[in-house]
Amino acid sequence: MTQNLSEYRKDFPILNQKVNGEDLVYLDNAATTQKPIQVIDKISHYYLNDNANVHRGVHTLAERATKQFEEARDKVAKFINASDQHSIVYTRSTTESLNWIASTFADQVVNEGDEIVISEMEHHSNIVPWQQLAKRKHAVLKYIQLTSDGELDLQSAEDTITAKTKIVSIAHASNVLGVVNPIKELAKLAHKNGAYLIADGAQAAPHMPIDVSDLDVDFYAFSGHKMLAPTGIGILYGKPELLKIMRPAQFGGEMISSVHEQTAEFKESPWKFEAGTPNISGAIALGAAIDYLNKIGMKNIQAYEHDLTEEILPKLLKIDGIKVYGPQDPNKHTATFAFNLKGIHPHDVATALDMNGIAVRAGHHCAQPLMDYLNLTATARASFYFYNTVDEGNKLVDSLEQVKEFFSNGVSETK
Amino acid sequence: MGLAKLNELYKAVILDNANYPQNKREIENVPKFHMDNPTCGDSIDVFSKVSDGVIDDIAFTGSGCTISQASASIMTTVIKGKKIKKARQLISDFSQLIQGKKISDKAMDELGDAAVIGVVAEFPARIKCAALAWHAADELLNKEGGKDD
Ligand SMILES: Cc1ncc(COP(=O)(O)O)c(C=O)c1O
Repeated sequence: MTQNLSEYRKDFPILNQKVNGEDLVYLDNAATTQKPIQVIDKISHYYLNDNANVHRGVHTLAERATKQFEEARDKVAKFINASDQHSIVYTRSTTESLNWIASTFADQVVNEGDEIVISEMEHHSNIVPWQQLAKRKHAVLKYIQLTSDGELDLQSAEDTITAKTKIVSIAHASNVLGVVNPIKELAKLAHKNGAYLIADGAQAAPHMPIDVSDLDVDFYAFSGHKMLAPTGIGILYGKPELLKIMRPAQFGGEMISSVHEQTAEFKESPWKFEAGTPNISGAIALGAAIDYLNKIGMKNIQAYEHDLTEEILPKLLKIDGIKVYGPQDPNKHTATFAFNLKGIHPHDVATALDMNGIAVRAGHHCAQPLMDYLNLTATARASFYFYNTVDEGNKLVDSLEQVKEFFSNGVSETK
Repeated sequence: MGLAKLNELYKAVILDNANYPQNKREIENVPKFHMDNPTCGDSIDVFSKVSDGVIDDIAFTGSGCTISQASASIMTTVIKGKKIKKARQLISDFSQLIQGKKISDKAMDELGDAAVIGVVAEFPARIKCAALAWHAADELLNKEGGKDD
C-alpha cells in the first residue's frame, strides 16, 4: 500500500461497534457513507448557536446562518472547480438535480422527434426522468451499449449521439460496474453534435477530484450523503449561461425578487431555483464534509481506494465460482464490486455476511435495465470508502468462502 | 457469533424446499397473479385452480432467494386442498407469524412446515422474501373467492 488513511477511521465512531457479535465492516458506501464527528459536530453547533432562516431578517442569527449557507456554496464550487459559486444550486439529492434538469432545461430544449441519449449502466434516477420527458415530448430515448467488459462502448457512443441528439446524460462512475466513464470525451462528442452533456456524479464526486470546467459538462449532479454529509442535501451544477435560461422547477418564497397579484420576478440563479426554506444545516454540513475531504485530499482518497482495489479485486476473483461484474483489471475498476456466487442468491449472501458483521447490499441497485442487459435479477455489492481497510477486504473474502461452504454443505444450487 | 446463526434461518426444511421446490410449475388455463419484490427484482407467478370454493391445485414459477423459494414451495403444500376461506385465514396467520406476532397453537399446527419460516422475524430484512408468495396467493384467492361467496 502506498497510502494509509486509517488514521481517519477514528473520526467515524459508528464504525467502532459490533454487529451480530462481530466487528462491523461497513461496505455499503455506494448506498450512503458514514459521517465523521466533524460533520456531526457542525450540525449540532449550527443548531446550538446559529439557527435562523436564510436570506430573510436582519438579525445576527439570520446573518450567521446566511453566511455559513453561502460559504458552503463557495466550498462546493471550489470542490468541483466551478468558475463561480452562482453555478451551484442546492437540491435535495442527485435524483432531484436530475429531475429538475429533465423537467425544466431539457423540457425547454427537447422537441418532438429529438433524441435523448443515456447508457445501459444508468441508475433509475438517470433513466426514469428521461423516459417521462421522452413521453411528454414525443422524443426518442436511446441507450449507449457496453463492451463485454462492462465499460461504456465508445463506438456505440459515436453511433448513438447524432445531430438529432439534444441531451446526453451519463453516470460519471457506475454504482454497479465500478467503471469511470470518459465524461470529457462524451462532452466533446455531445457538443460537436449540438447536444448538452449531463453527468451523474453521485458515485464520482465522493471518490476523485472533480473538475467540471475541464470536463466541460453542461450540468453535474451529486448527493451529499454519499460523501460524508447528511441525507437531504444535493447539488446541481450548471454552466452559468444555461442556468440563466433554465426555468425554476418550483416557485414560492426565497426565489423571487418581487411578487405582484398576477406576476412575479425571479431572483438570479442560483437563488431562483431554491424556492422555500432550504436544507440549511444540510448545506452547512456539506461544507464541513468538503473541508474534511479536502484535508485528506481527493487525490489521496482516489489513490488509496485504488490501492484497496489492487489488493482486494484479485482476491475476490480467486474465489471459485464468483463472478465480479465490470472490468477485471484493477486499473479500470473503482472500489465498488458487484458480484454473485454461483448457485447462491445475493440476498442469501448478504444475510450470511451480515452474520459476520459485514454490511453489503443485495438487489438490483436501482439499475434494472442494467440487470436485464447483463441477464441478471440481482447481485451482491461491496463498496469501499477511504475509511475501509485491507483487513476488512480480507474479512470479506474469507467470509465469502465461508458462505460458499455453508450453502454447499449438504445443499446444492438455488437457481 | 458468525455464520453459525445462519443455521437458525436456513433450517433443513427451508433448504430442502428451496432446492427441491414443490409445485414449481405452471398450471395452464387458470388465473394467475404476478408479484415483484421491488428490493431485489425477484418475481413470482402464482397459479390456482379452484372449484366449489376448494383449491384443487396451486403452483408457482419464478426465481428468487432461498427464503422466497422455500416459502413459496411450503405455501403451496399448506394451501392445496383447502377451502379458500381457510386458506386465506392461514395466509393471514402466516403473515402475523413472520412479523414476529404471536399466533395460536392451533394456527401454528395448521401452518405445519410453514411455521418454521416464522424465524425470519429475527431477520427483518428477509421478511419480504418470505411474504412474497403468500401475498401473491392471497391476491389471487381474493379474486377467486369473490366469485364463490
Ligand atoms: C450512479 C447513481 N446515480 C444516482 C443516485 C441517486 O442518488 P440519490 O438517491 O442520493 O438521489 C445514486 C445513488 O443511489 C447512484 O449511485
